[in-house]
Amino acid sequence: MRRVRTAAAPYLLALPAWIWFGVFFVVPIAAMASVSLTTGNLLEGFQQTFSFSNYADAIGQYHTQMIRSLVYGGVATVIMLLLAYPMAYWIAFKGGRRKSMYLFLLLLPFFVSFVLRTISWGFLLADDGILFGPLKSAGLLPADFHVLATEFAVIGGLVYNFLPFMVLPIYVALERVDPRVIEAAYDLYASRWAAFRRVVLPLSLPGVFAGVLMTFVPATADPVNARVLGGTGNTMIGNIIQTEYLTNNDYPTASALSFTLMAVLLVGIFVYARSLGTENVLEAAAR
Amino acid sequence: MTETQAGTGEATASPVTPQVPAIELDGVVKEYLAHGEVVQAVKGVTLSIAEGEFFSLLGPSGCGKTTTMRMIAGFEDPSRGTVRLHGQDVTNVPPNRRDVNMVFQSYALFPHMNVWDNVAFGLRRKKTSEAEIKRRVGETLEIVDLVGREKRRPREMSGGQQQRVALARALVNRPRALLLDEPLGALDLKLRQAMQIELKRIQREVGITFVYVTHDQSEALTMSDRIAVMHDGLVEQLASPREIYERPATAFVAGFIGTSNLIRGTVDRVESGNAVLALDEGGRVLVAEASHRAGDPITITVRPEKITISTEEPGGELSAVRGTVSEVVYLGLYNSYAVRLADGAEVTVFQQNALDSSSTAERGDAVWLSWQPHHSYAIGS
Repeated sequence: MRRVRTAAAPYLLALPAWIWFGVFFVVPIAAMASVSLTTGNLLEGFQQTFSFSNYADAIGQYHTQMIRSLVYGGVATVIMLLLAYPMAYWIAFKGGRRKSMYLFLLLLPFFVSFVLRTISWGFLLADDGILFGPLKSAGLLPADFHVLATEFAVIGGLVYNFLPFMVLPIYVALERVDPRVIEAAYDLYASRWAAFRRVVLPLSLPGVFAGVLMTFVPATADPVNARVLGGTGNTMIGNIIQTEYLTNNDYPTASALSFTLMAVLLVGIFVYARSLGTENVLEAAAR
Repeated sequence: MTETQAGTGEATASPVTPQVPAIELDGVVKEYLAHGEVVQAVKGVTLSIAEGEFFSLLGPSGCGKTTTMRMIAGFEDPSRGTVRLHGQDVTNVPPNRRDVNMVFQSYALFPHMNVWDNVAFGLRRKKTSEAEIKRRVGETLEIVDLVGREKRRPREMSGGQQQRVALARALVNRPRALLLDEPLGALDLKLRQAMQIELKRIQREVGITFVYVTHDQSEALTMSDRIAVMHDGLVEQLASPREIYERPATAFVAGFIGTSNLIRGTVDRVESGNAVLALDEGGRVLVAEASHRAGDPITITVRPEKITISTEEPGGELSAVRGTVSEVVYLGLYNSYAVRLADGAEVTVFQQNALDSSSTAERGDAVWLSWQPHHSYAIGS
């Protein structure tokens, strides 16, 4: 009896999480999948008609925003990676006893709400705001110079808002690299670059993988940055979904777009995982 | 100190003449700054290691042996002094340009590479041709008995196997010297003993100079041609294993290597080259120590297995002291006796368990301890 209880304990302890997951993820997803195939409107109600044309219509109408989102998300992710890797590397290997302080500084902006941070970026980047105003009056920038309401502002905002999610997993991966292993590389005639390229970088790839996952997905789907920092030409798919749901009350289209976005991201991640996460790549890096 | 020329076996890998030592340390000091204070980890080590020698740095943790090795490898820059490899000053040469390789205590294998790639790492960095790499990696894996496991990852292997990979990864480069930092520390006793013999065989086979860092005295005694016993940043004694064991130069060495008895006393008189100790309660102790004069304080050391325990006063030219048995421990092959002398000092005696047990002493017995005078030595304190 006792043994049975012991064996069942982990499952029982996990039960609340499973219930949570079921109620707040599986059920809504299933409901949304169902909604995405209905037709109708808010006044007359929605009927389940298995109308797969919802998807074709939604993609036909909004593929520009969809592609733009993937491009913005992708560019932002690449920039974050280029910024985050040296940052994480520096904290992990040169941080010394102040490591936790640097990590805290990295997370400090997160004590301010996401929307508020984005809005203050808007202030900063405004055409005659605190940054460009003085530069323009000093004649250092042309009067018609602007960043706000362009893709630079949106991508910049995405980079700013999601950067810590890239830094932290890379930092954790680098932190876990045994310094003796790096010494072994030097001992075996590796230059600093070779030691990085053959040993440190491959061993940190799981962190890079996690970081990309944790930034690319939310950055691509994010509606806030495009809304606050972008112009009419920078609308992202997150804005469309939001508008379709909350303003137009076109639930089928919004749901179909959400599922399409999910599918695209899942396929992208799968391809990415196959190319980066497999042992073949690591084997290649070993040479 | 004897300058033992190591038996290099039939194969001598290096073309360098044996007169040039493989490794020389000249007044090497390593200082750290810790909490604003200068701490000396190594306080001035001078030694020279011959080509093909199996040389051990032996000492307790914190004695500076690992720091000394890391200065040979190039991971630490000496604060003062010179490191020479084959006569060449390499004091400021980085590790990747030193022709020595290291076997790390934790092996430090590349976890993302299989055995083959681990072993080939050094050769690839040196831009060796693919054919040559193939030949040499194959050859080395044969030496360490890992053929057929080339595709394994380190984490899929046992500790003993990982140890062999680490060894192969260093050996394959045919370094001028191989530095081993407590390489057997993580293995269990049986495997460790097997690997000791294995290491010795490999060293004979490849003829490379081995510098072996360990805190395990039996390991050092078993494998080394010469041992440097380190204590508190200094070399206390540098000699062959036999000499270190039989004639420890200092009280520290005597205490660190095996069990040793220290008997303190005062020189009573000098008699035909032997110092005779003054003892309160009869008996006599002779020490072949000409430099002492009457009245000098003296410390001598005797190994427990050199002492005979008896109930009668022994005759002849033996050194003998009296004491009381305070403890008897049965250890199978022999008994270990703790005998308390009149001055309170405790002496350990190992006595073989002979079939005839008439000489067996019991707890509380008053006994005589005796030994050949040439089995005791005066040591520096």
